[in-house]
Amino acid sequence: MMERFYNPVLVKELKLRFRSFKSFSGLMFYLSVISIFIAGFLLLTTEFTGKGFFSPDMSFMMFAVLTIVQMALVLFITPSLTAGAISSEREKQTLNILLTTTQSSTQIIIGKLFSSVAFLVLMLVAGLPLYSLVFLFGGVSPSQLVSIFLFYLVTVIAIGSIGVMFSTITKKTIVSMIATYGSIIFLGGITAFFFFLTMAFHQMGSATGASSSFMTYFWASINPGALMLTLISPSIGDALIELTGIELPVWVTYLIVYVLIIVFSLTVAIKKLRPNMKSNR
Amino acid sequence: MIEIRELTKKYGSFTALDQLNLSLEEGIVFGFVGSNGAGKSTTFSILATLLSPTSGDALINGKSVVTEPEEVRKQIGYMPDFFGVYDQLKVDEYLDFYGASYGIRAAERKVLIPQLLELVNLTNKRYDYVDLLSRGMKQRLCLARALIHDPKVLILDEPASGLDPRARVEMRDILRDLKSMGKTILISSHILPELAEMCDEIGVIDNGKLIAHGNVATIQAQLQGEKRIVVKVAERLHEVRTFFEEDSMISAIDIVDNRSEIAFNYRGTEADQVALLKKAMLADMPIYALSEEEKDLEDVFMSITKGADSQ
Repeated sequence: MMERFYNPVLVKELKLRFRSFKSFSGLMFYLSVISIFIAGFLLLTTEFTGKGFFSPDMSFMMFAVLTIVQMALVLFITPSLTAGAISSEREKQTLNILLTTTQSSTQIIIGKLFSSVAFLVLMLVAGLPLYSLVFLFGGVSPSQLVSIFLFYLVTVIAIGSIGVMFSTITKKTIVSMIATYGSIIFLGGITAFFFFLTMAFHQMGSATGASSSFMTYFWASINPGALMLTLISPSIGDALIELTGIELPVWVTYLIVYVLIIVFSLTVAIKKLRPNMKSNR
Repeated sequence: MIEIRELTKKYGSFTALDQLNLSLEEGIVFGFVGSNGAGKSTTFSILATLLSPTSGDALINGKSVVTEPEEVRKQIGYMPDFFGVYDQLKVDEYLDFYGASYGIRAAERKVLIPQLLELVNLTNKRYDYVDLLSRGMKQRLCLARALIHDPKVLILDEPASGLDPRARVEMRDILRDLKSMGKTILISSHILPELAEMCDEIGVIDNGKLIAHGNVATIQAQLQGEKRIVVKVAERLHEVRTFFEEDSMISAIDIVDNRSEIAFNYRGTEADQVALLKKAMLADMPIYALSEEEKDLEDVFMSITKGADSQ
């Protein structure tokens, strides 16, 4: 039964990843950044303010900023783990041999993606003890934490899929890496810029009677930062609904768009892995 | 076993393979000769389902590389001319990974791996890291990998390239063992003369076209055309040379190294050759030996590809 679900690429990639010093140093870097951030935050809000105590309000703020910082770190690390998935095999001249085995293109792509996602999940889980410090001080519900982690996972899989797609269609890892970071800048930065731009137009339009609320909603709903803010503080989501007049919660649109990104990216990667074969799956 | 029909591969305006036709029986060892860029690797890549042809098809054990690549992959073991290995993976893990990639069950892999390592003389390297092996060992390991799913056909692109003489001999011995196991082996090599003795058939490819196909002796006989004859002369060297120069079937006559030998190209048949010898004896030419210069496969290859270039 287990043999049926056995993915050789996934097992091999996990084995190689955990034997590599790079993985451990990456994990250490991630935990160090989170630790430094938490220690700094606690110092700033207790020692230097002269209060000497940590209120639930502050705990909530720490949770909010930590969530955004963690999202930024995940967005920063994911391409480095996935953008070389196929192109590095090509560069190391191991891809041709892999493609002549009876593994399907789907198995190879999924194995590559899941091995990277597994490592990122490990990073997130390794950061949980630090993250759970906020529970010491209250102000945050466990369900909030769970929903945030689920959306981390969706985002990681989507960015990972984009990375694997670029890694399949480009010949060099460096090109794939640039393209994947470019996609992240678009999703995280350019969408925010467009959000503010369309919001400004919308407000100007409201003054003159015109309205362009859909685009304002759309740009906000595909931005990971905006999603995190609406998850951390539902009042922000309510304000967006009030501003745009669209009742659909941001997380629903985010989920739909990111699932579509995953499906599109993986389909392209699977089709292009063996680009010259008429029969491909 | 292998049927190649009108196989053509074009890259833009460049034709890498031009309507290649080839039919190979089961269990034979086929040597593919050609200079760099002649189309050997392109042919092998198409057979290994890594490239699709622009037109034409190739069938391996009745399965089309174009429409049934998944089935073809089960039938073939492929060894590319250049390949890499994974860092930080041990020899047995390397074979285990590829075994699993071919859908072989874990219990079977445990039995198979030591057997394959024994076949390629790497038993003592089982727990060594793959990237630390020598080039010859990596080549042998790659061959073991290509054999892990017990394929009927082996496609080996330059398996001996970059190997030292000892590693080449070891590789040749392994290929002999595989031949005796009844595998159909397609092999390309720059050192084909060394492998010629174990090849049942040879194909010569040049500019994407198959210009000769058959067993080694047939190809030599077919393509040599003119023989190079060497005559040993006891005395009166220049007189003997003048005698041969008068024969219309003789050309490119030379005195070899200014010694008592004359060499020339001869276009005639064996009967013509007997008549020439008789004539020389009657003319009292002081000849004490006449022999045909042996051409090895490399010479034949060089001469026929030169001919194809000039066409």
